Amino acid sequence: MGFFVETLIGGLMAGMLYSLVALGFVLIFKASGVFNFAQGAMVLFAALAMARFAVWIPGWLGIDNALLGNILAFLAAGGLMFAVAWVIERLVLRHLVNQEGATLLMATLGIAYILEGLGTSIFGSDIYKIDIGMPKDPVMILEGTFEGGLLINKEDFVAALIAAVLVGLLTLFFQKTSTGRALRAVADDHQAAQSIGIPLNRIWVIVWCVAGVVALVAGVIWGSKLGVQFSLATVALRALPVVILGGLTSVPGAILGGLIIGVGEKLSEVYLGPHIGGGIEIWFSYQLALVFLLFRPQGLFGEKIIDRV
Amino acid sequence: MKPRKLARAGIFAGAFLASLASASTALAQAKEQFFPVLVYRTGAYAPNGSQWANGYVDYLKLSNAKGGINGVRISFEECETAYATDRGVECYERLKGKNGGATVFQPLSTGVTFALTEKAPVDKIPLITAGYGRSESQNGAVFTWNFPLLGTYWVGADVAIQHIAKKEGGFGKLKGKKIALVYHDSPYGKEPIPVLQELGKTHGFEVQLLPVAHPGVEQKATWLQIRQQKPDYVLLWGWGVMNSTSLREAQSTGYPREKMIGVWWAGAEPDVKDVAEGAKGYSALTLQHGAEPNSKVVKDMLEQVYAKGQGTGPKDEVGQVLYMRGLLSAMLAVEGVRKAQERYGKGKVMSGEQVRWGLENLNLDQKTLDAMGFAGVMRPVQTSCLDHMGSSWVRVHTWNGKKWEFTSDWYQADEKTLRPMVMLASSKYAEEKKLKPRTPEECKK
Repeated sequence: MGFFVETLIGGLMAGMLYSLVALGFVLIFKASGVFNFAQGAMVLFAALAMARFAVWIPGWLGIDNALLGNILAFLAAGGLMFAVAWVIERLVLRHLVNQEGATLLMATLGIAYILEGLGTSIFGSDIYKIDIGMPKDPVMILEGTFEGGLLINKEDFVAALIAAVLVGLLTLFFQKTSTGRALRAVADDHQAAQSIGIPLNRIWVIVWCVAGVVALVAGVIWGSKLGVQFSLATVALRALPVVILGGLTSVPGAILGGLIIGVGEKLSEVYLGPHIGGGIEIWFSYQLALVFLLFRPQGLFGEKIIDRV
Repeated sequence: MKPRKLARAGIFAGAFLASLASASTALAQAKEQFFPVLVYRTGAYAPNGSQWANGYVDYLKLSNAKGGINGVRISFEECETAYATDRGVECYERLKGKNGGATVFQPLSTGVTFALTEKAPVDKIPLITAGYGRSESQNGAVFTWNFPLLGTYWVGADVAIQHIAKKEGGFGKLKGKKIALVYHDSPYGKEPIPVLQELGKTHGFEVQLLPVAHPGVEQKATWLQIRQQKPDYVLLWGWGVMNSTSLREAQSTGYPREKMIGVWWAGAEPDVKDVAEGAKGYSALTLQHGAEPNSKVVKDMLEQVYAKGQGTGPKDEVGQVLYMRGLLSAMLAVEGVRKAQERYGKGKVMSGEQVRWGLENLNLDQKTLDAMGFAGVMRPVQTSCLDHMGSSWVRVHTWNGKKWEFTSDWYQADEKTLRPMVMLASSKYAEEKKLKPRTPEECKK
């Protein structure tokens, strides 16, 4: 029983991170109807920027304090992600208004390759470290309840906590602020939103900036866990089955979908994997999402689209 | 002279000069031994692939700085594979006939090696796979163009078990033990499985198989299983980011790093440097060499290549583990050409077929190696037509939190266990592919 609970908790903590990245996909899709394939590349780019700025900025300014160095690096990387969002809107999205969804998707694929190439060209392709003081050693809890206790990975716990806070803030931003309401209006109907004076281009820049911040936080958390290197771009794509499952337009769907996928892949690997050769968690999460789609094609909380002909 | 005649004379003179120039170019080309270099400087495995490539290319430059191979200069061209099998094959096809023909290919990928094993005999180009590739390709009677020089994964698996047995106080103490293999779910990661299972049967230990999907950044479930099953030892058969992720997960699940032993592709600086103290006590096999910053060959490299601003990578990485692996791989290829020249003509450019002869008759004794600057780095290698591996010396080194240190004496693979397995697997391959193995008599030709 203890082991099952441990696996479950591990899955929930991993799932919280998937939820965070899935939110990046959902935000952009809601506001612009674009499935942003570049989200993974944005995570890599942001993490590379953070890792290098954390070394460069203290060097330039002669700062010894690691915390101050990390804060400045985070702010600089955030600024860079804002600039990236602005450039993407100016050079790509603005010219593709009213184009087919597939065209926009292909454009984000192009952005992904550019960001990956540009990121490694500017910041290098070595493995870089982000040290934000995350605890690395495990802790045992409930030793009286479960035999041998429950092992909790402190780093995963802190990461899940940060992700949960950010997810909460984004939900509040979406539901309670005027900008959030404008974003939702744009998501519902571009033309109607424009007709009441909501500036579409500004909204797109805002939403890509928010996605950039999500990418930065995810990049910092994963970069701290795994080291900053090229594979971060693929880690972020682990959130794809989450958006399939949760629905592309639903914030609660992204959160719940992330948790379901996180738990599902860990339990499947541990309990099903040994019987069918192991190494199944990546494709199993897609399998889970696809099976789910058989019953709810719009996803968990996605909007049901009915076209009358 | 009339203008028309003048023009005609000019054309003839031009043509004559052009033919002279092309002849001299051809002569220059004929004096160059072409080494295609398959690399991966991009993608998920770039941090590891780049170091190997830097060592490989730098050694070719060093050879040129020392006068080439008996006066024959080396030319080379890189081709980026990103560790993808399809791109590796594409690079092979693109470079195999270039600049008079490829000398040898070293794909640094077991997947690409599997794909090229059937192509190499057709094109008559040797494949050197030092420390990787198909383990049964040690049998030169069947795998006539493959050269898994210095060691195969079966050698690695056998030595890893020898090392565990030594730590435990003898093979008799392995009975009832559990040894987990955390492996990259690819042809590379699966290679050691037959040997571990065979040794498990012989010595009575249980082998637990835990595959990790490419690229290996998600291992939470794997390490939860390790925590549940509590194996006595974990063998790590990873590559790139998978290795550091395993070590981080071991730390976060509290599995002792002293009980973890990696293969030689899981025992370099990029695997541990960011985990630092968290990887302290972790050991890995070495393909003879470890980090060798004080070796003579590295000093030569710094003096003759880097001091002239011709180094390929960062100076501080010269002498690190994967840099040395690339350097040694290039050295073996260069020495294969040198050996071939002894038979087919010193100072001449060798064909792929001639280089194969050189690689099959490689005999690098300690005196030669020491003179080349490899004292303390590696032990003798002697190949034959039937043995394409040449040696199976392995040491173990351990990460002390800051650097790798040798922590064992030399081991040698147990031929009594491995030879029958090599013969069986290679015979099966020959049967499947309808190949007629070479006889010792044919080897003498």
